[in-house]
Amino acid sequence: MSTIQSVAGQDEQHPDVALVERVRAGDLSAYDTLVRKYERQLFRISQHITQNREDAEDVMQDAFLKAYEKLDQFQGNSKFYTWLVRIAVNESLMRLRKRRTGKMVSIDDDIVTEEGSMPRDFADWAPNPEQNYNQAELAEILKKTIQGLPEGFRLVFALRDVEGLSTEETAETLGLSVPAVKSRLLRARLQLRERLTRYFKKTTPAVAPRVNGAEA
Amino acid sequence: MKCTEFLAILDDVIDESIAAQTRAEIEVHLRKCGHCEVVLDTTRKTIEIYRCHEIYELPSEVSERLHNAIMERCKKAK
Repeated sequence: MSTIQSVAGQDEQHPDVALVERVRAGDLSAYDTLVRKYERQLFRISQHITQNREDAEDVMQDAFLKAYEKLDQFQGNSKFYTWLVRIAVNESLMRLRKRRTGKMVSIDDDIVTEEGSMPRDFADWAPNPEQNYNQAELAEILKKTIQGLPEGFRLVFALRDVEGLSTEETAETLGLSVPAVKSRLLRARLQLRERLTRYFKKTTPAVAPRVNGAEA
Repeated sequence: MKCTEFLAILDDVIDESIAAQTRAEIEVHLRKCGHCEVVLDTTRKTIEIYRCHEIYELPSEVSERLHNAIMERCKKAK
């Protein structure tokens, strides 16, 4: 059985490393801890890709089972979490392929659209724009807006900015180059900003756009 | 610094990975350019708003059900 190296530094060991070692030694309760720690993140990532709740639930279960079965293949030269996310991304893409039979699903195709690469709306936002909407309306706005992004942009933004992976980890997880991640991230951020500006710009409450009345 | 040059390094500005010299040039540009100032500010807020609001929530009962199912499957896979 291979020894896992610390990725946090020579002297500092990531807590997951010890948990993984325990699982490898047959302690299932250590895996229970790892599942609890990352199940929400994996669910969110799967939902970002599949955009379907049922699929995301299935993917999350399959990804954790696959990771458990393949734990011996985890070399420790990346973080356990990044390795887990890569499995979940692959499972999610497979699930999408099944749904869209005959249509290839790939996040590494070049995205040729130039849409949103230059800002057009320079209106400033209201001081606390979220407060103009209730929780459900806000969630709907954020969901509709991110779902409107091209797949490759959406995934990079979700992993890098929402889930907090580094640029390098995002690239590794998605099988993209670092420059490709950077280029997609900038355009994803700018497109989201542009679209959210429609809802959040400074305006009088009487004419504030509502979630059901405006297009994301 | 021109607006296009600023936009090209917007991500680095947001991620605070900018050399001191460039940072000074950016500050000068932002003092003169309201548009770039708004773009920087609202892009930062865009990221923050997505970080702070969980749009795909996993209710605890669903989480518990899925968690138990995962652990059951792992036990069987042993």
